[in-house]
Amino acid sequence: MKPFTKLTAVAAPIDMANVDTDKIVPARFLRKARGADYGKYLFHDIRYRADGSDNPDFILNQATYRNAQILVAGDNFGCGSSRESAVWVLTDYGIRSVIAPSFGDIHYGNALQNGLLPVRLPDATVKRLRQQLHDQPGAQITVDLESQTVTGPDGAAYPFDIAPTNKEKLLKGLDDIGLVLQNIEAIEAFEKRHHGEMPWLA
Amino acid sequence: MPSPRTLFEKIWQRHVIVQRGDNEALLNVDRNFVHEGSMFAFGALAKEGRKVRKPRQTFAVADHYVPTLNRERGLAGIADPEVRNMLELLENNARAHDVAHFGIDDPRQGIVHVVGPELGITQPGLIVTCGDSHTSTHGALGALAIGIGASQLKQILATQCLWQKKPKTLRITVDGALGPGVSAKDVILAIIAKIGAAGGTGYAIEYAGAVMRALSVEGRMTVCNMSIEAGARAGMVAPDDKTFEYLAGREFVPKGAHWDQALALWSALPTDDGATFDREVALDARTLEPMVTWGTSPEDALPVSAVVPDPATASDADRRARMAQALRYTGLTPGTPLQEVKIDRAFIGTCTNGRIEDLRAAAAVLKGRKVTVPSWVSPGSTAIKRQAEVEGLDRIFRDAGFDWRASGCSSCAAMNGDSVPAGERCASTSNRNFEGRQGKGSRTHLMSPAMVAAAAVTGRITDVRKL
Repeated sequence: MKPFTKLTAVAAPIDMANVDTDKIVPARFLRKARGADYGKYLFHDIRYRADGSDNPDFILNQATYRNAQILVAGDNFGCGSSRESAVWVLTDYGIRSVIAPSFGDIHYGNALQNGLLPVRLPDATVKRLRQQLHDQPGAQITVDLESQTVTGPDGAAYPFDIAPTNKEKLLKGLDDIGLVLQNIEAIEAFEKRHHGEMPWLA
Repeated sequence: MPSPRTLFEKIWQRHVIVQRGDNEALLNVDRNFVHEGSMFAFGALAKEGRKVRKPRQTFAVADHYVPTLNRERGLAGIADPEVRNMLELLENNARAHDVAHFGIDDPRQGIVHVVGPELGITQPGLIVTCGDSHTSTHGALGALAIGIGASQLKQILATQCLWQKKPKTLRITVDGALGPGVSAKDVILAIIAKIGAAGGTGYAIEYAGAVMRALSVEGRMTVCNMSIEAGARAGMVAPDDKTFEYLAGREFVPKGAHWDQALALWSALPTDDGATFDREVALDARTLEPMVTWGTSPEDALPVSAVVPDPATASDADRRARMAQALRYTGLTPGTPLQEVKIDRAFIGTCTNGRIEDLRAAAAVLKGRKVTVPSWVSPGSTAIKRQAEVEGLDRIFRDAGFDWRASGCSSCAAMNGDSVPAGERCASTSNRNFEGRQGKGSRTHLMSPAMVAAAAVTGRITDVRKL
């Protein structure tokens, strides 16, 4: 997994609440292998017109935002299905961090597994950031995981919370399997006891 | 005296292998389910040269991509090579890792969240995982059932363990009694409308109260199924005699002395008197009407007697923008009575509402009537399809003009090709009305099986109580 430390990049305001996983990647693409161009499926049905050309109204199609690596979105980003493809299309497109008041739980967890940093900030803060991005199109935001701060276009810094384990995993780019298997003795002892109590489960 | 604990707390504590920090733990997973979409996890496992650590605790079920027509030909009957490949990959991965597989032609095939409980693989007190958000369904049996993504699924396959941040607890108490024509689906739609699509985020929900006790195990599954539509990590109902009767004799349920042992364990699971929750919500069922959705989030649910809402009445700009976009997408005008909204299609099935009592409820409405729009039903499992045929429900559906199809996820997410054409409006018993959910440009109105049957008959959203 690609580590996440500190990122300063163009941020795109996504003025929508409940950006669901079907919107991020429609289900009909889930059968596709994750090839080098997987990012083309991101926001597919609102990003392209029926003839396949770019929808000029969609924010990521505007020249100012072509290199955006941060999204600032409304409440409940990534709600809906467990499809990890909804994270892969974001990372493969080039997004490294999404800032929102809240996230779908499963999407939040999936993001952490792929070096995509989901940042929860209070609703009023997120609205202020989005307003600043509209006022100064192409403005940059800094997301610093080490210090757990987001710095807006106006230089104001906002602290955010992240579980210590998740922070460590992202900073170092660690995979969970290694962390699990460090506990193999405890796991085997647990299973012996647990399946002793419920032998029909083993 | 040990301090009183919730159902959730009892299951959580029993499964903690290692504690990390205040609220994170490595949990043992008792039962894990995979489906065609799990190919990414199997692929990553192979790439890392890992094996499934506990093959007997994982079960593979073909559901998302199975066709609902021409099933007698099995895999050979699938024309689309990409779809066929999804099913073949699941079968090959199951075989390679020695995992039980209920494939397209297995009599135990069905939607994974219907099959798990139906075969007794899911049991009270267990931790159940699946790479699907509607895994919350299994919580209806008193299990802690968690939906996960591909990376975590890979980890579970490799280790049979899962790191989890401990969710907070939310008890939703539904008291009173349901009126005629009001079902479990209406209860959960009303709950989501009340707390919002993010109202349960970070919580494990326990559904309690007189209505939950009175619901069948199938109805409880409908409620738990849509916990994720309120953003919750899990949804659960305390096991009781109904649960135990439901499970008795099913294929994977313990037998003989083990059954007695299991019953003793399961009976101790319900939340203790005096146990506290991080949050409590109450809903009075006596005033509940049949519910329908008008927008593009499950929280956009209203009683069938209501009118399409006006974004101008929204409390803030974000909400107003979202409502306006939802109405643009669904093509509805504020102030229109929901019962004047015409539909183009009707769909009954899914892990939300594809169980036998759902089919019975729809058939009771359809008996002696004819549908006026293309309509189809895909039972939640092949076993349910067989049972419905024994009961003669298939005849009622067919006589009314419904297509009687084979079991799968079908038009819920339309991955198998059962899509709703762009611009068409579908009355659906599924769980999501997102933009494009049932196919690009499709418009979905969520409701109960009886309400879908009524809409199929009249060709518009209809109060089934007045049909």
